[in-house]
Amino acid sequence: MVGKKILLVDDEVEFVSTLAERLQLRGIDVMTAHNGEGALQIIDQDPPHLVVMDMMMPGMSGLETLRRIKLRYPKMRVILLTGHGCTKEGTDGLLLGAEECLMKPLEIDVLIKKLREEVRPSK
Amino acid sequence: MPDKGWFSFLFRGLLDVPEEGKSHIRYRILRRNMFILMGLVTFVPLLAMAVINFVQYQSALEKEILNPMRTIVSKTKHSFELFLAERLSAVSFITFAYSYEELADEKKLNQIFSVMKREFEGFIDLGLIDSNGIQVSYVGPYDLKSKSYDKQTWFHEVQIRGSYVSDVFMGYRDFPHIVMAVQRVSETGRTWIIRATVDTKKFESLISSMGLDSVTDAFLINGSGIFQTPSRFYGKVMQKFPFPVPPVSYEANVIELLDPQGREINLAYSHFIHSPYILILVKPRAEVMRSWYTLKGEMLFVFVGGVSIIFLVVFHLTKILVQRVQEAEEKREMAFREIEHTQKLSSIGRLAAGVAHEINNPLAIINEKAGLMKDIIEITPDFPNKARFLPQVDAIKKSVDRCRGITHRLLGFARRMEVHIELLDLNEVLQEVLGFLEKEAMHRNVNLDLKLVEDLPRIESDRGQLQQVFLNILNNAFAAVQNGGVVAVTTWDKDAESIAVSVQDNGCGMSQITLKHIFEPFFTTKKGYGTGLGLSITYGVVKKLGGDIDVESKEGEGTKFTVYLPKKSEYGEG
Repeated sequence: MVGKKILLVDDEVEFVSTLAERLQLRGIDVMTAHNGEGALQIIDQDPPHLVVMDMMMPGMSGLETLRRIKLRYPKMRVILLTGHGCTKEGTDGLLLGAEECLMKPLEIDVLIKKLREEVRPSK
Repeated sequence: MPDKGWFSFLFRGLLDVPEEGKSHIRYRILRRNMFILMGLVTFVPLLAMAVINFVQYQSALEKEILNPMRTIVSKTKHSFELFLAERLSAVSFITFAYSYEELADEKKLNQIFSVMKREFEGFIDLGLIDSNGIQVSYVGPYDLKSKSYDKQTWFHEVQIRGSYVSDVFMGYRDFPHIVMAVQRVSETGRTWIIRATVDTKKFESLISSMGLDSVTDAFLINGSGIFQTPSRFYGKVMQKFPFPVPPVSYEANVIELLDPQGREINLAYSHFIHSPYILILVKPRAEVMRSWYTLKGEMLFVFVGGVSIIFLVVFHLTKILVQRVQEAEEKREMAFREIEHTQKLSSIGRLAAGVAHEINNPLAIINEKAGLMKDIIEITPDFPNKARFLPQVDAIKKSVDRCRGITHRLLGFARRMEVHIELLDLNEVLQEVLGFLEKEAMHRNVNLDLKLVEDLPRIESDRGQLQQVFLNILNNAFAAVQNGGVVAVTTWDKDAESIAVSVQDNGCGMSQITLKHIFEPFFTTKKGYGTGLGLSITYGVVKKLGGDIDVESKEGEGTKFTVYLPKKSEYGEG
């Protein structure tokens, strides 16, 4: 996991910062963004190995952001987070190429396990 | 068009059914009104036709039936008159063709009598009577010569009228006969009378020539009501006619009477013009009107038959129609209820999903904060009060888990969870679910009666959701039974498309009112600790999986839930 970069995208600042800190405590390199546009900028400047993104964000929604990411970086791996169950939007996200749809609140251990799965087979 | 308005008003009045009120009463009213309307529309014209026909036939037939009686009476009277007139003119001819001397000569008279007997049937004897009433000469079977008639009424009458025909009488000859007498006054002023007697047997043959049937009677009476010929039913010759003598009519006339035996009769009669007789024909009314009665009977039969058929058809037609209407309305109502229920569920689902989502975000923050606190406590060496802080953080995390459980259930209710269809063994699913409840069963000594059919076909369905469904139903069953009660779980292969599971308990059961509402969201009998979502979620899930759910319950006896599940899922496997 060392040397792998993760981008966390959520409009909930507290959530993002706390989760980022916890992941960093576990030795994971985390970047954060609070909306779709910010996420796209960061991806352009410093492409991460994995994006973990909330689906419900003001402005550009998670799904729209996902679509744009996939447009530019078709191989970019994205895990979607949702407060809803993995519903129709979740399914749409999976269709757009998301790897997984996880429900909030999430267990950090579950997230880390997923991160390992997603990051490992890439290289 | 005021007419149309009136008509439609009547129609609407009869066919409109009050919306309020119990439905079976409404349908009974509708049915009654339809029955009355259809019945009237068909029955009234039929009745009118029947009455008109009846009256018309009656008058026409009565004429048709009574006319032959009149005709036969006229004809027969004519025959009688002809018979009498012929004989009277024969006597008259003899009187005027021969001189007194010739007639007084018995030899000559005998000669004349034998010719007369040959030519005219029925003469018995012949005699010449002088103006003093003494029989001068006589030919015939009796010895009547020199007999004096001057005291007898006919002798005086013939002197006044010139000719005379008597009533029938027995006389000393002792058989019914009549007397005919004709008086001659010669140029010299001398008077004599020729008198002949005629046997009335001929009368009977005239009557028998009328060709009467066995119930009809015909006879002659005289002006004072004495039988002149024997009657079949009312008496012998010379007896008294039991009816009042009908009023004088020389035309054949028909009157209606009751005879001494109490029968209704039709009596046709006619007075003779030149003789004192009345010809009478008596027919029982029943006989006279028999053809009419037959026709009347047939008409009544057709009428009653027709009316019965009409009412039978109308009865069944309205029954079927109203049943159809009722069924259609019930179906519509059921569809409405289903839609209403679905809408209620889906709007509550949306609400629940919204709430869950809104709570999940702050919950996620709490979760992460607590997690971070725990991380910090754990990674900081010799953290002060570590032993006191860790349980607090764990408690927060546990509470978050609980909240997550609630929101996930809410979302589950919102049916937003994905359906994962796989080929599964329902018995296995039930065993898994029962695994959760084994402890409680043991603890409470609840008897689990499993009748899981062994070769139950595998079905395409969602394992997780089925677990939720059966966990819910079994939980309810366990909640309903007393300690030591029985919960029976049975599976069977229902038909080609579906399998079924029933969960039966011998617990407290439900009232009809409760039974009506158990699938409605937020309806609960567990005051205080139920959300009222369990069975409505169960219902929603079963419906979503293409199945159906059935409840039977009796208060105090227990409840039986039956779940039907399709073997093939509409979502397809995968």
